[in-house]
Amino acid sequence: MSGHEYIPKSKVGKWFNDRLPLLTLANHLTDYPTPKNLNYWWTFGGILTFCLITQIVTGLVLAMHYIAHADMAFDSVEHIMRDVNYGWLIRYIHANGASMFFLAVYIHIFRSLFYGSYKSPREIIWIIGIIIYLLMMAAAFMGYVLPWGQMSFWGATVITNLFSAIPLVGEGIVTWLWGGYSVDNPTLTRFFTLHYLIPFLILGLVVLHIWALHVPGNNNPVGIDIKKPSKDTVPFHPYIVIKDGFALLMFMIVFAFFVFYTPNILGHADNYIEADPLVTPAHIVPEWYLLPFYAILRSVPDKLLGVVAMLSAILILAALPWLDTSKVRSAVFRPLYRQFYWILVADVLILGYVGAMPAEGLYLLIARVATAYYFLHFLVILPVLGLKEKTVPVPLSITEPILGGSPNLATAKNKESLNN
Amino acid sequence: MSEKKTKRRDFLFTATYAVGAVGVGATVWPMIDQMNPDASVKALASTEVDVSAVNPGKTITVLWRGKPVFIRRRTQDEIAEARSVKLDDLKHPETDEDRAKNPEWLVMLGVCTHLGCVPLDQKGDYNGWFCPCHGSHYDTSGRIRKGPAPTNMEIPKYEFVDANTIKIG
Repeated sequence: MSGHEYIPKSKVGKWFNDRLPLLTLANHLTDYPTPKNLNYWWTFGGILTFCLITQIVTGLVLAMHYIAHADMAFDSVEHIMRDVNYGWLIRYIHANGASMFFLAVYIHIFRSLFYGSYKSPREIIWIIGIIIYLLMMAAAFMGYVLPWGQMSFWGATVITNLFSAIPLVGEGIVTWLWGGYSVDNPTLTRFFTLHYLIPFLILGLVVLHIWALHVPGNNNPVGIDIKKPSKDTVPFHPYIVIKDGFALLMFMIVFAFFVFYTPNILGHADNYIEADPLVTPAHIVPEWYLLPFYAILRSVPDKLLGVVAMLSAILILAALPWLDTSKVRSAVFRPLYRQFYWILVADVLILGYVGAMPAEGLYLLIARVATAYYFLHFLVILPVLGLKEKTVPVPLSITEPILGGSPNLATAKNKESLNN
Repeated sequence: MSEKKTKRRDFLFTATYAVGAVGVGATVWPMIDQMNPDASVKALASTEVDVSAVNPGKTITVLWRGKPVFIRRRTQDEIAEARSVKLDDLKHPETDEDRAKNPEWLVMLGVCTHLGCVPLDQKGDYNGWFCPCHGSHYDTSGRIRKGPAPTNMEIPKYEFVDANTIKIG
């Protein structure tokens, strides 16, 4: 992939590498030429890998003590919290780890939106990323069901009932998902199985995500194609390793704050009440990371259309490389897009806020306006903006703005011929 | 392709694919169907409930197939209110006479038809039920009047075994 032949120094290494070129792969990963202007928003890929490994390791350990049965699940979670050595720590890391995972993935996604990382030739990386994101939501939802508290039970009921909106076959699908006529023991055991499986599917997709990334190489804050290797790149090790490592440390401080000081702030108190199929909690609220989509679901007064709108809000992201018609990647050189970008960020935050509020009165009105704007951004603003916007000239290379002085007519002309 | 005649080999390919597809289908189906309700779940299909202690204006909730069933002994006012509604005013038109054969007793699944929450008794704009999850209002006959739920709360199959016993399912 890196285009140069690697020969291990030791005899044993050479013998092994001729049979399985693992050392060539390791060499590719250390020497991998990386744009030298990557900022800290680029460190979230590494942070996300850390999150995935953390969830797999803590989850594996929790599964040694957890009992997936409707009569015992709730008690077994309390058993983990009270009796198992360091059980409280492991469970709090796992529970808060899910939130940290989503926090990091949202920053990672919005990084891509700002710097146009989803554009040609990186569409496949982006689409694999969206599939990973969907699987993360499925894993998080099913994991939340396992403690078998009130929010677990009613969250599972509401989410599985989304499928009943499908005409004709909807009810049959829901019964099939439940393995009964309501959320019950069969539902719990299959959710546990799938919750255990999905992280490994994600791990496989992460390998593809990184593989696809290493074909064109990283995008960068300037958003231009760069020669690799050149004076615009640095080797991944040690430069990016150190930078990623430092960012990871900062991230772990935030993580540890939640785990040790406010381990339950991101959860819901009702989930410490055992599941009761006869009583629905007064306010059913999903975990914070699903709130924007929940707001979109509730803002549509029709059941089927609400579900369609919610799913479209996620799936529309997969079409983003084709909806954004601008050839310029980075928002740094797109003065109008930059403003619309921040409006979108605000729009999603507002959706998240109203998603946590009761769906009535002013909140409902705000949710409807914000939902409409969300789709407007992707379906109208982005396609039109790419054709109409007057972009700022992009530099020829990463070093040019620093070493090449102020842009002059000659380089500008040169640039245009390169762009065409 | 158009000028090519169908040969014995084409027939063999098609036959092989067809048999292969049947084989794959026959193998996959048990893997899918195992997730459907099993025999032990289906065996719990009916429940008998003693309603002698339920006074007018009271509701009891019983569990049937893992779902709550509301059994409400309605007051004369509630019956009158439910029967006076015009069908044109209903999102899902059903007469109260059809929903409650014995007008005093309303037996229905206590499951909101929106996303499956349990509505609260004696709440909402129509003196019936109100779902706290997404704000659906039901009237004294359990019919949807306002909110996102698409249909009325479902009436399960039930019968009076004797004056004081209802058999659901």
